[in-house]
Amino acid sequence: MVYVPHTEAERREMLAVIGVESMEELFQDIPAAHRYPQLELPEPLSEMEVMQELQELSAASLNANEAPTFLGAGAYRHWVPSVVNHIIGRSEFATAYTPYQPEISQGTLQAIFEYQSLICDLTGMEVANASHYDGATAAAEAVIQAVSASRMKRKKIIVSPYVNPQYRQVIHTYTQGMGLEIAGEATSGALAELVQLVDKQTACLIVQSPNFLGELESLEGLAAEVHARNKKTLLAVATNPLSLGLFTPPGAYGADIVMGEGQPLGLGLNFGGPYLGFYATREKYKRNLAGRLVGQTVDKEGQRGYVLTLSTREQHIRRERATSNICTNQGLMALAAAIYLSTLGKQGLRQVAELNYQKAHYAAQQIDALEAFSVLTTKPFFNEFVVQCPAPAAEINEFLLNGWMFDIIGGYDLSKDYPDRQNQMLLAVTEMNTRTEIDDLVHALAGFEAHRILGGDHE
Amino acid sequence: MSEQLIYELSVPGRSGTRPPKLDVPLTALPTELLRDKLPLPEVSEIDLVRHYLRLSQLNYSLDHGMYPLGSCTMKYNPKVNEAAASLPGFTGLHPRQDEATVQGALYIMYQLQEQLKEIGGFAGMTLQPAAGAHGELTGVLIMRKYQLDRGEMQRDTILVPDSAHGTNPASTHMSGLRVVEIPSDERGNVDLAALKSQLSDRVVGLMLTNPNTLGLFDENLLEIIELVHECGGLVYGDGANMNALLGIMRPGDAGIDVMHFNLHKTFSTPHGGGGPGSGPVGVAEQLVEFLPGPVVRQAISVEDEFPYYTLHTPTQSIGPVKSFWGHFGVIVRAYTYIRMLGAEGLRRTAEHAVLNANYLLRRIEGVYHVPYNRLCQHEFVVEGHFEDAPEVHALDIAKRLIDYGVHPPTNYFPLIVHEALMIEPTETESKQSVDHYAELLLKIAVEARETPELLQEAPHNAPVRRMDEIRAARQPILRYVPVDSR
Ligand SMILES: Cc1ncc(COP(=O)(O)O)c(C=O)c1O
Repeated sequence: MVYVPHTEAERREMLAVIGVESMEELFQDIPAAHRYPQLELPEPLSEMEVMQELQELSAASLNANEAPTFLGAGAYRHWVPSVVNHIIGRSEFATAYTPYQPEISQGTLQAIFEYQSLICDLTGMEVANASHYDGATAAAEAVIQAVSASRMKRKKIIVSPYVNPQYRQVIHTYTQGMGLEIAGEATSGALAELVQLVDKQTACLIVQSPNFLGELESLEGLAAEVHARNKKTLLAVATNPLSLGLFTPPGAYGADIVMGEGQPLGLGLNFGGPYLGFYATREKYKRNLAGRLVGQTVDKEGQRGYVLTLSTREQHIRRERATSNICTNQGLMALAAAIYLSTLGKQGLRQVAELNYQKAHYAAQQIDALEAFSVLTTKPFFNEFVVQCPAPAAEINEFLLNGWMFDIIGGYDLSKDYPDRQNQMLLAVTEMNTRTEIDDLVHALAGFEAHRILGGDHE
Repeated sequence: MSEQLIYELSVPGRSGTRPPKLDVPLTALPTELLRDKLPLPEVSEIDLVRHYLRLSQLNYSLDHGMYPLGSCTMKYNPKVNEAAASLPGFTGLHPRQDEATVQGALYIMYQLQEQLKEIGGFAGMTLQPAAGAHGELTGVLIMRKYQLDRGEMQRDTILVPDSAHGTNPASTHMSGLRVVEIPSDERGNVDLAALKSQLSDRVVGLMLTNPNTLGLFDENLLEIIELVHECGGLVYGDGANMNALLGIMRPGDAGIDVMHFNLHKTFSTPHGGGGPGSGPVGVAEQLVEFLPGPVVRQAISVEDEFPYYTLHTPTQSIGPVKSFWGHFGVIVRAYTYIRMLGAEGLRRTAEHAVLNANYLLRRIEGVYHVPYNRLCQHEFVVEGHFEDAPEVHALDIAKRLIDYGVHPPTNYFPLIVHEALMIEPTETESKQSVDHYAELLLKIAVEARETPELLQEAPHNAPVRRMDEIRAARQPILRYVPVDSR
């Protein structure tokens, strides 16, 4: 039998030691009426047959790495250096668990300590935890940190409508039983307007930069304005960590919490997961932080080493009074991000970020020059921008995918989350998009115009 | 033996990568927004690879040897799972691609939903939760919303046995509900009298781990479920211990209303040094529309009669619990595992998990005190303490096991057992491997009397000696700070 090594003789011997006659006797505590159900599952297969089936299923989808792709909206196609998957595939990292026994887990512990340090350096913050599940749950944990820091006294939170809609939805899901007031989502999203909402009851203000539309928010002075209205209100900023290779990090603008989706740091698209929620805050909030934290210490001989620490914040000690319920986190994904940041390093990260910026701006200029399309983004942006289209985004994407000479994966249809943004598309351009791909997209969009004028049918 | 930090290996001007050339005309950068310093390490690729290789060698892992960490189901992670999950048509899919272009992936998700429903006896399934605790939060929010939608506004309490994992009360608290703890009786079951005394119209439900964290199947399971249902409550099952029940009993058949699976435990996906996990949640019929969205549905396409898969948000959904659809990479691995095993293989998995645990228990009982000595399920708990060696603790036994080249059990959990050692061998360990572990435990019990300092000083041959955890917590150093800026 696959994966169970016992022989018949060994089984008999073991049953005898236990003092039962049969396997079934081991399950005598299980209600007889429910014991040994017939499971309707497909027949087991050999490894060869399983892989053949999976290869067919893999081929049944359109791989975004093999088509010009301009889709982002929270997950991005980037180059993953070969070392990343090579290292995270090592059994020593992949088949260990949470480093509860530090003496035989120094590899994982030191790697996570390095990850925490890298995230602090990148975001301009003082303490980072070992990870959250993804950007959306990190945003929800920011709300919980802010509200519980106020001992549930401040129950209003303000969220910009241009925080990733999935993050906002998850904040609503997580907090549905906490009796919070969630304000700001119906505003224009202008920072000045959001700041006006900060009052005595406000636990935190959450903004995102680059925001969901790709624009860099002007964070200069924001923290001071927030704290001037209520010095206890926390400013939490969601960000794209790759953009921080180029731009001033939220930490330098005085943010209290910086978090977001770590997928751009060396994690494949993987149809949405596993990704990585990175999370950093100020030193003074370290005891309010959720999740695992690795700290440096020494062993009994004075040798430097690392352990999980400040665990009195956590569920296994504090139970219902823990800062969060999180237990298993995204260990291997945090390792991938640490490898990615270390491989690219100081220069590489800046270069990749700049490539994203340059290519996105080139694409935006070319598209804006088309008769029927115009770029709506006026603020500085990183690698995503909004295009006003002559038809619903869904129709254009359909044309790019099926009506053009070859498959192009178009942008994100903003009307799905913002009903007043009809015919608007969010396009992402990364270092993976060559100039040829960008030019092809522009030609295809021009082709869409022509096809509309001719009233052609591309079906 | 220690490894420098990646920062300490840094040499200004080095890089481990060369980005592609810029092939578009330059646009000016917004200079006022640019950062001035980016203090990341600068290392070459070879330095980086050696650094991580050396770090990896400081880890013990499942592929090294037995790792019987109770409650974690550290079973062998088949390599075919990795091959499957790295196929390009899975790794390269953008989660927001048009449904028509990701049918292969949606098919796998749909099939896994169906398979887990069948294995657990549930009517609905979400694959979205990222881990067990995340599944718990999802489940408790579903229970809460179900009660509210029935107009049962006064229900604000979740009953949690004292043997429960810490995530159970923590998840309950996050959902905004109140936790009431229920004690265990002398056989390790939920104390029925105590349960009855807490049942009222304030109860949203009970969170039950079964087999529980003592490794025992609750002998009153059906009665407990009936009592909770009678008072209008729901029963949540913490499915962390499903490895004992695969093909043996479907929790849904026994009346469990909501349960999370841990794909990283029961379904053989690697634990990753602390994730990623995956915590699908199954629910009974009346809760299907409360699942977080979206779930995958099968539709028959009109034109060609081939099944077609779509993402669908249930009508009364509690809302999404994370971005996108779940840990797809983990989902592919679990799907592969179930395809390899089939119904027969799953049943044999549970049988041998239980066989190994009971066998190991019998081999060490008497020498180690077994506080609840019954037939166990896939794991069991002993006391890591001997009356005639009072200065030796469970922690010392754990550390001494390290010297012998195996991974210690879970210690100090569950909290209701004094000096707990919680041992879960899993089915993938051979008789030889379990025998070896038994002999080590017996030998250490002798050492505890004869040379206690050997245990108290352990480990002796790990990469580092016992760590000063108190210092770590008292003077936390949570990141690297360069010497010149300290
Ligand atoms: C009984 C039990 N419940 C819940 C959990 C939490 O699961 P996870 O770590 O996947 O969040 C665990 C994890 O160890 C567990 O053992």
